[in-house]
Amino acid sequence: MAARRKRRTMLYIPGNNPAMLQQGGVYGADGLLLDLEDAVALNQKDAARILVRNMINTVDFYNCEVTVRINHLDTPFGIADLEEIVPLQPDAIRYPKTESVEDLKRLISIVEEIEKKHNIENPTMTIHAMIETALGVQNVFDIAAYSKRVDCITIGGQDLTADMNVVKTKDGNELDFARKRIVMAAKANKIDAIDTVFADVDDDEGLMIETEMIKGIGFAGKAVINPRQISTIHDVFNPTEEEIRKAVRIIREFNKNREAGIGVFAIDGKMIDAPVVARAQYIIDVAGIEI
Amino acid sequence: MHTKNILGFDVPDFIEGFGDVEHYSGVWNKLKKENIGETIISPPVKSRVAHTSKMKNSLKEAIDACNPHDGMTVTFHHHLRGGDYIVEQTIRYLAEVGIKDITLASSSLTSAHECLVPFVKDGTITRIFSSGIRDELGKAISEGHMKNPVVIHSHGGRARAIKTGRIKIDLAVVAASAADCEGNCTGSFGPSAFGSIGYAMIDVMYADKVVVVTDNLVDFPCIPPSIRQHNVDHVVKVETIGDPSKIASGTTRITKSPMDLRIAEMAADAIEQSGVFREGYSFQVGAGGASLAVAKFMRDKMKAQEIKGSFMIGGITSYCVDMLNEGLFNALFDVQSFDAAVSTSVHGNTNHVEISSDQYAGPYNCGCMTNKLDVVVLGALEVDTDFNVNVITGADGVIRGASGGHSDTAAGAKLTVVVCPSFRGRLPMIKKRVQNVVTPGESIDLIVTERGICVNPNNKNLEVKLKEAGLNIVDIDKLREEVDKITGVPVEPKFTNKIVGVIEYRDGSVIDVIRAVDTED
Repeated sequence: MAARRKRRTMLYIPGNNPAMLQQGGVYGADGLLLDLEDAVALNQKDAARILVRNMINTVDFYNCEVTVRINHLDTPFGIADLEEIVPLQPDAIRYPKTESVEDLKRLISIVEEIEKKHNIENPTMTIHAMIETALGVQNVFDIAAYSKRVDCITIGGQDLTADMNVVKTKDGNELDFARKRIVMAAKANKIDAIDTVFADVDDDEGLMIETEMIKGIGFAGKAVINPRQISTIHDVFNPTEEEIRKAVRIIREFNKNREAGIGVFAIDGKMIDAPVVARAQYIIDVAGIEI
Repeated sequence: MHTKNILGFDVPDFIEGFGDVEHYSGVWNKLKKENIGETIISPPVKSRVAHTSKMKNSLKEAIDACNPHDGMTVTFHHHLRGGDYIVEQTIRYLAEVGIKDITLASSSLTSAHECLVPFVKDGTITRIFSSGIRDELGKAISEGHMKNPVVIHSHGGRARAIKTGRIKIDLAVVAASAADCEGNCTGSFGPSAFGSIGYAMIDVMYADKVVVVTDNLVDFPCIPPSIRQHNVDHVVKVETIGDPSKIASGTTRITKSPMDLRIAEMAADAIEQSGVFREGYSFQVGAGGASLAVAKFMRDKMKAQEIKGSFMIGGITSYCVDMLNEGLFNALFDVQSFDAAVSTSVHGNTNHVEISSDQYAGPYNCGCMTNKLDVVVLGALEVDTDFNVNVITGADGVIRGASGGHSDTAAGAKLTVVVCPSFRGRLPMIKKRVQNVVTPGESIDLIVTERGICVNPNNKNLEVKLKEAGLNIVDIDKLREEVDKITGVPVEPKFTNKIVGVIEYRDGSVIDVIRAVDTED
């Protein structure tokens, strides 16, 4: 089985900050979000776009999944962002305020046009659809199912609560429905859901509690606004030693039984079938173990 | 005649204003002999008639009573850090009364001592022994304004130099935050409290004359006495010994810099996996940035794994005190306290033990505390691919750092970890050859940067352990190349042939020299 990409943490880096961009890969985040959108002032959009382009071309981000958050196509910057970023084929682009299949259709047709223009025959860049409005939450099942290129659904908590005209609180009750609906849409399409940021960078305990909660409902990871948050989130997502031992045992037994042509088997009297094996494999992937 | 020493640094056999050079020969080559054939000088024999007063009306009167003379050696301790008033007041008075050719031997010099520049330039001070020199004073010396080269020593090296008479003290001035009329004194309480007075403990034993200066004269007896009356000649009450806000303030906080925290976390993971982290281990960290932050991660690991350490040592911060109070270590051994909160602990906790620099790190005794150290985490201004560390000169070649206990602890610890970003600003920190070496690579096990952990090739077992644990181990030559690609290779500063500094290794041999920066351009 191929290892699934770990997406426990995706670190936002303002696209107009050369020092932070340059160091982005060293903090141990699973992914980087090079941001051309909200982190960049209107009068610096072009400078950020050029800087991010050059950084992707020259900086070693090590094993991080590199995602660029572009501006929405309804803004004056969206097309220019795509023109500059798509030819570089970063791992992904994150599309803000995705509200409907139509939004994706428009985005993907422009992306494909640019790829064609640059003779990119086998594009590898995926799309992360960011849900930040009530309408987006409503349509998220269609959004998640629309294209194979969409391999991740993310939730933007600040914008979503603003759209709902409610205050974003620590316990996150106001986001409860949206979070669970987004996760379910992602799971239904076998793709990842990534949670919104935790804004108080000095509250490690609050971050841990929220991360445990979002892990519990099925998110694969969380956006991060400060590198100091990374280890706390990883600690929550990393499997325990006991989980790893159990997963290793399941996979070993599975491999042995598969060679013997047996699909379903039991360990300590408990039935092991495909979903249990898939879960065990995921734990092993996150732990970074090869069997 | 010029010689490349065994580390490949260009050190002459004779240095004008310093004398014949004993070349560095390895970390333990000299000290492993146990009896090294040198002698400790006799302390001066002193006497005093009963019921006579040691009190003087002013610092000037006390200095006058100590036979000030040309060529004298005056020593100080740097526990007052950037708030110190006493060094300046003493030197200014000596200059006023026409004393020339002074050897200034302070345990270190800080930003408070820029005021000494004119006295260096006019020949009042012609020689300096110190662990560190910074700011304008460092610049003046690096530009060749002092008659003789400054001698940079480690804290342990200073204890050795005083005991052997290499630094022969005519006058030791001791600033204390509390003292009595007989000279029993301490830094652990009073309005100007600074904690341990450890560096001065060795001075008072060997100095011809000892003056205790305090802004807090207490009724006899001053308890507990860190320095005791039988070594003190005179006592002076002054209005203030320094600026309390710059002597010690608040509590030391762990850095919030993501880069320092990242490096610290990687270093802590390496320590955890090294085999040295176990019940009863001993530990030292510095007070700054990534180094102190390692303590935070070790604290978490100790709690999680229920490991209790033996002792922490060195420059002690309030963070160390917290770990002592939480029961994570049995004791603190304190030669220098880094923040105000520590003083209370020095004063009130019997497991917080004040020690002299000789007990801390002295190489010429039967076993200093650093010899018993398991793990030390140190900083660096720059490192090289032979793991040599520079903590004394900046990228421009100017003296701006301190040797401190760097080489002492590196030699003694079972595991010596240097934490250092791979570049600062646009300057790479990993070089083919450091500009000046203070701590030899032989005594360094790990260099931890944000881009990976470099293991000294001399320590193959450690490399295997850390790789097996899945840590990000990188080859130091490859890391240097990677960083050079990001920053480019800076042009090296230009130097003249004039030697302005001699870097002594802790055993008294010369490990490197500092040359004057060429200011022609």
